[in-house]
Amino acid sequence: MHIDSILSEQEIAAIEKEVAKLPMPKAACIEALKIVQQHRGWVSDDSLQLIAQHLQMSTAELDSVATFYNLIFRKPVGRHVILLCDSISCYVMGYEKIYEGLQRQLQIGFGETSPDGRFTLLPNACLGTCDHAPALMIDQDTYPDLKPEQLEAILNTYP
Amino acid sequence: MEKPLTQYINPNRPALHLKEYERVGGYSALRKALTMAPKDITNMVQEADLKGRGGAGFNTGMKWSFVPMDPDIGTKYLIANADEMEPGTFKDRLLMEGNPHQLIEGMIIAAYAIQANVSFIFLRWAYKKAARLLEQAIAEAYDAGYLGRPMGSTGYQLHLHLHTGVGRYICGEETALLNALEGKRATPRLKPPFPQISGLFGRPTIVNNVETLCNVPHIVNNGPDWFKALSNSGDAGTKLYGVSGRVKTPGIWELPLGTPMDQLLEDHAGGMQDGYRFRGALPGGASTDFLVTEHLKINLDYKSVASAGSRLGTGTMVVLDDRTCPVGFVHNLEHFFAQESCGWCSPCREGLPWTEKILRSIEDGRGTIQDLEILEQHTIQLGPGRTFCALAPGAMEPLQSALKYFREDFESHISQKKCPWR
Amino acid sequence: MAQIHIDKESYDVKNGKNLLETCLSLGYQLPYFCWHPALNSVGACRQCAIKVFKDEKDTRGRIVMACVEPVSDGLHLSVADPEASAFRSQNIEWLMTNHPHDCAVCDEGGSCHLQDMTVMTGHAYRRFQYPKRTHHNQYLGPLVHHEMNRCIQCYRCVRFYKDYAGGKDLDVFAAHDHVYFGRAKEGILESEFSGNLAEVCPTGVFTDKTLHTHYTRKWDLTMAPSVCQHCSLGCNIIAGERYGSLRSITNRYHEAVNGYFLCDRGRYGYEFVNHPSRIQHPNVRGRQVSGKELYTTLQDLLTSKNWIGVGSPRASLEANFALRKLVGDQNFYQGVSKVEADLLQRILHMTHSGQIHQPSLQEIEQADLVLILGEDPTHSAPRMALSIRQAVRNIPLQQTASTHIPAWHDVAQREYIQDTKGPLYIAYPVASKLDELASYTLHDHPDVLAAFGFDLAQAIGDDPLGDQNEPTLLRNIAEALLKAERPLIVTGTSLISHNILEAAWAIAMALKHQNKNASLSFILPSCNSAGLAYMEAEPLEVLMKSAKQNGISGAIVLENDLYRHYDALELDQFFESLEDIIVLDHLEQPTTAQATVTLPAATFAETSGTLVNNEGRVQSFYQVYMPKNEDIRPSWQWLTELYQIKIGLTPDLLYPSTPLLEELAASLPQFAGIGAHAPTFGLNGQKIPREPHRYSGRTAMLAHIAVSEPRPDQDELSPFSFTMEGSRGFPPPPLTPYYWSPGWNSNQALNKYQIEVGGALAGRHAEVNLFAMASTIPYPTKKGGVNQSQSVIQNATTHTFELLPITHIFGSEELSGYGDAISKLAPAPYFAINKQEASRLSLQPGVDIHLRIGKQTYPLTVQIGQELPAGCAAIPYNIPPLTGITWPAQGTLIPTTP
Ligand SMILES: Cc1cc2nc3c(=O)[nH]c(=O)nc-3n(C[C@H](O)[C@H](O)[C@H](O)COP(=O)(O)O)c2cc1C
Ligand code: SF4
Ligand code: FES
Repeated sequence: MHIDSILSEQEIAAIEKEVAKLPMPKAACIEALKIVQQHRGWVSDDSLQLIAQHLQMSTAELDSVATFYNLIFRKPVGRHVILLCDSISCYVMGYEKIYEGLQRQLQIGFGETSPDGRFTLLPNACLGTCDHAPALMIDQDTYPDLKPEQLEAILNTYP
Repeated sequence: MEKPLTQYINPNRPALHLKEYERVGGYSALRKALTMAPKDITNMVQEADLKGRGGAGFNTGMKWSFVPMDPDIGTKYLIANADEMEPGTFKDRLLMEGNPHQLIEGMIIAAYAIQANVSFIFLRWAYKKAARLLEQAIAEAYDAGYLGRPMGSTGYQLHLHLHTGVGRYICGEETALLNALEGKRATPRLKPPFPQISGLFGRPTIVNNVETLCNVPHIVNNGPDWFKALSNSGDAGTKLYGVSGRVKTPGIWELPLGTPMDQLLEDHAGGMQDGYRFRGALPGGASTDFLVTEHLKINLDYKSVASAGSRLGTGTMVVLDDRTCPVGFVHNLEHFFAQESCGWCSPCREGLPWTEKILRSIEDGRGTIQDLEILEQHTIQLGPGRTFCALAPGAMEPLQSALKYFREDFESHISQKKCPWR
Repeated sequence: MAQIHIDKESYDVKNGKNLLETCLSLGYQLPYFCWHPALNSVGACRQCAIKVFKDEKDTRGRIVMACVEPVSDGLHLSVADPEASAFRSQNIEWLMTNHPHDCAVCDEGGSCHLQDMTVMTGHAYRRFQYPKRTHHNQYLGPLVHHEMNRCIQCYRCVRFYKDYAGGKDLDVFAAHDHVYFGRAKEGILESEFSGNLAEVCPTGVFTDKTLHTHYTRKWDLTMAPSVCQHCSLGCNIIAGERYGSLRSITNRYHEAVNGYFLCDRGRYGYEFVNHPSRIQHPNVRGRQVSGKELYTTLQDLLTSKNWIGVGSPRASLEANFALRKLVGDQNFYQGVSKVEADLLQRILHMTHSGQIHQPSLQEIEQADLVLILGEDPTHSAPRMALSIRQAVRNIPLQQTASTHIPAWHDVAQREYIQDTKGPLYIAYPVASKLDELASYTLHDHPDVLAAFGFDLAQAIGDDPLGDQNEPTLLRNIAEALLKAERPLIVTGTSLISHNILEAAWAIAMALKHQNKNASLSFILPSCNSAGLAYMEAEPLEVLMKSAKQNGISGAIVLENDLYRHYDALELDQFFESLEDIIVLDHLEQPTTAQATVTLPAATFAETSGTLVNNEGRVQSFYQVYMPKNEDIRPSWQWLTELYQIKIGLTPDLLYPSTPLLEELAASLPQFAGIGAHAPTFGLNGQKIPREPHRYSGRTAMLAHIAVSEPRPDQDELSPFSFTMEGSRGFPPPPLTPYYWSPGWNSNQALNKYQIEVGGALAGRHAEVNLFAMASTIPYPTKKGGVNQSQSVIQNATTHTFELLPITHIFGSEELSGYGDAISKLAPAPYFAINKQEASRLSLQPGVDIHLRIGKQTYPLTVQIGQELPAGCAAIPYNIPPLTGITWPAQGTLIPTTP
């Protein structure tokens, strides 16, 4: 459980490490968003405010940055985030079959979270795995050369 | 055939750690560079005619030469652009996962040449393995005194930080990248002033592509003439060429600049998969014009590709086969570009979604002949100079060439009121 | 100078400008959105495309954005080029893909920059076949309405609100075609300049919410040039009316004063004019009286008594002078307390010494060092705070010279200077919004602030540049002041402290002795404080004393609530002692409650008049419309009539007033030359119409009352007509009632009124500045020194506090405080002390207490103001019920009765 009303010591330590590299605290705001997201899964309005306070910037200014980048989640996500590459090489190699497979297995579409809170499914621009298309990423792991029949086994490894 | 960039990269073995890298001659170029005047390194790189591998192909040494060298100028920055989000592009990943110290060495030399004391690698988020390896390598380099401490008699020292992005293709555009590094929205900046004069935090800054920087140690070690001789063409050096799509062995190879296209496709990528025929290819990532069968013989260098009406771009090729609908193919690209527009300038923000919507409706059998006219107008009106940065003009390259080479396919969608491939 | 060639014509133009401003100044119709003369260029909207050519022979050329392309000698360019013009039209088509087709119900319609530009480019038909993206709108408070679907993403709103005005709570969110301009969460906009969004936004996304409640198209407004009545800066405004109510205030450009922007008090303060408790009819002892009866009553009163007149710092020169004339010089008093009068007198002495320069707001923006002593401009002179924000960027911007980044290149300038700021020093009792920009802030008792000022003056005199001195904070600041080329000191009367004024003066003089010419800007209490003080009348204290001594039995009070200047109980007693009190004002207020006769006075919108602002600038506001009720008359008119009655004319013999300004100048030498600031006649032998030529419904708007079109109101006195008839030329700036030019229906038509775009208005013929005019008032050479005020409570053990009056933008000023929107934004009356004091008295923030000031008791809520010195409490200045106080004041906490 996170105490949403303060940043944790680890979060602050990690943010401060980034701040030290830059000429002004607010320049580290993207790093700070990442750090808090790492700890909390997503960046809630409360978290946003905490970070903004810590970096001496306004909440609006921070949210302006946060909402620009697609991998900062401003809405809750599942325990695991699936990023399915929908860019050109994966398109040619049939990512749509993978998408259908995921939809069937998880009963969710892009932008949705499975009812058990396990997975959030998002489309993602090119994962740089074009020579092994189609590909997807779950959390930190990349799965290249995907076939729809592998999906079940892959998904099962994520509790 | 020499392969300076990839000679120590073996996907089946872990990347060289510092000691191994040093054992095969790593950091010797740095040591040599530190004995040279910074300006001489810049001249050497300029003479070697190392063209930027990030897509635009600008002479790297010349770019460095614009950095003010007045000793009182204050902080300067060097940045490795490792954002690599152009669909179909996966070459820098190989370099970073395969030999991170090569990039670090190249960065230190480049930073020394412009006398920058702080550097960043701007890495895209999805490259988790590269991030891990780079972190390790950077730590090793700090420990070994290549970073963070004055080196030798020069007193020169460099700090290097890894920054991983949080999405958005536009971060690869060098001025947008600077904004992202400053913790801002990654909208591009208006040039001039160029980053060389006012870049990161308003300080003189050089942004170079990973592959560009990886070439630097080899040029310093072996000289401009050696570098030029690596190539088959007017452009110096080797190039990482990649192929993806329905070929037998998609992958990435370091080859002399100017390797003929058919040689790349047949000898290296193994030709088309069984049952698929070649219809065309984007030679250098998603934002380059299609080349088609008639171009198979051309040499893949900057000039030859340009004279065939396209761009070498990143040198990573995406192949369109006969079982993939070209309209769907282009729609996929325009969907990407429309999504990745930063929203700063009107033509890109509003024009790209419009082209995407038209392509979708053609693909779905709802298109009209007037739609083709509107698409054509967009390819002109979203051209260079009209939009704020090169994203939208890049987006128009595959579209304009598709309208040229695959026009019947567009028309048949319209006349049949459906996609013939579905 | 450079020679450029546009579509075969050659021009000599200024270097250092961009091609868009150059083309516009030359009269070319070149559309634009993201560029704004005060916000400069960012090249985002891509609307201003033109073609430039390498040389004469180049026929292909290349498309560039004019706003980000510098003028260069020998340049060939084309505005008319078919490719460029096709692109401009295409760009509009893109913008219109998501823009709703709601012009008919959009507040911007008819004064819409987007509409104008759409027509200008010729884009007319829609080809985009798909659904439009839609957004949710946000509640942004009582001032600004939000309708995001109309957005064309020009980014002007954030560039003004955040970059220019320093706002923190409005920004751009998301990316690509989802970008959204608003707040992170719904809520009241925090910036004091939020109303400018309505003018800066080229579409109907941000609109004036007060106008919304009684909406009228711009072309249907009757408008007149006016001057803001809500602080001493005298910003120029355009006031518009329809159906007898004042509908909106918009910015009237003045290059030296307000430029392009107003503060929210100035923009929304007008609502008092339409207030339900406007005094509508003359009232004598509780009875509505009119016509002959009124005049005989007045005649009886005026001829049977000794009258004194009480003037007003918020009434015009004309009205004050008419009163002075009515009661006689000796019986005319300033309707302000002695402290306030003395402060103003001292300021006049200073300005008249000829020793210092009184800067305009434009000059303030050019300052390279700002020292604020005892003021919080954000609250006491808000528009000045915006100018100070610009000044703070000045020094860092000078560094960009070496990089050849042009002055108009907004992003590059900001990027280059990052967060560096020029020197700004602030000394004020409590934290202020400008503190975030300050290099040094001092929060303390006014006397401590003054002492800091005197020490600083001393340090300047000691030649801190000599290297024998150790650097200390004072020396550093002194050094910075001496190094600055255009240092500015801002002070004023807000804290009601002589020491503050003297300290500011001492600094300016110390600099002067070192051959540095500092500007000294005074923030005064009201819109005509300077004008009234110039009349050299005695304050309320003297009035009361002499009323007693001289057997005065009647007082005439002009547009003034005396309870905002003086102790309530003493005033009550004073009024008690009089037989009759005539009060002229717009609204029922505590002083009118004492009146035996009230006369309904026209507001600034219903009459004309002249004000003197804080820099001595003389400016006139003009009547916008006839009060719909004939009983409401301008104070100067009432007073002139009273004068005629008093000298024995019967009501039927009353004659119209002579021009009072001329008479004023003739009778008081310090006003000699006044009146030259604005022509008193129309244009080309005709009147200047207050209504645009598209004014509609004239024959129909009153048809429910009478089917025949009523005779239009006649205006004998001013250069204006009340109708759309008259001269259609470009009136001189003081007489410009609205901006319009063919093809330019929005406020951007202003371009056409300027000599060069963004610069001075064409046709300004004279500026009159009373302070600048040679003076006969000798300057006293007394040397300053802190005279420690007796009231500072050193020993913090009691329940008695020295009170510090804290001015608030919303609420502290009387008239604007009556407005519906502004009254919602005024702070609740508070009692602020520091934490130690609060815990000493076991007071929690938020707790209600009672404070006795003089003999009055006020209910207040406790707040913590950590920067406050011990023994001091801050209370909001003149926010009801906190009136009826004579300053300086003490307050004692009294136990709350359960
Ligand atoms: C939309 C856009 C995306 C880009 N993405 C990348 C990228 O991911 N990596 C890269 O090296 N260059 C990218 N570039 C090119 C850079 O702006 C820049 O030219 C390059 O990093 C310079 O390095 P070089 O001179 O070594 O090629 C991109 C350009 C644009 C317009
Ligand atoms: S809200 Fe108005 S000012 Fe802001 S970007 Fe949209 S159109 Fe421009
Ligand atoms: S006005 Fe020139 S690009 Fe917007």
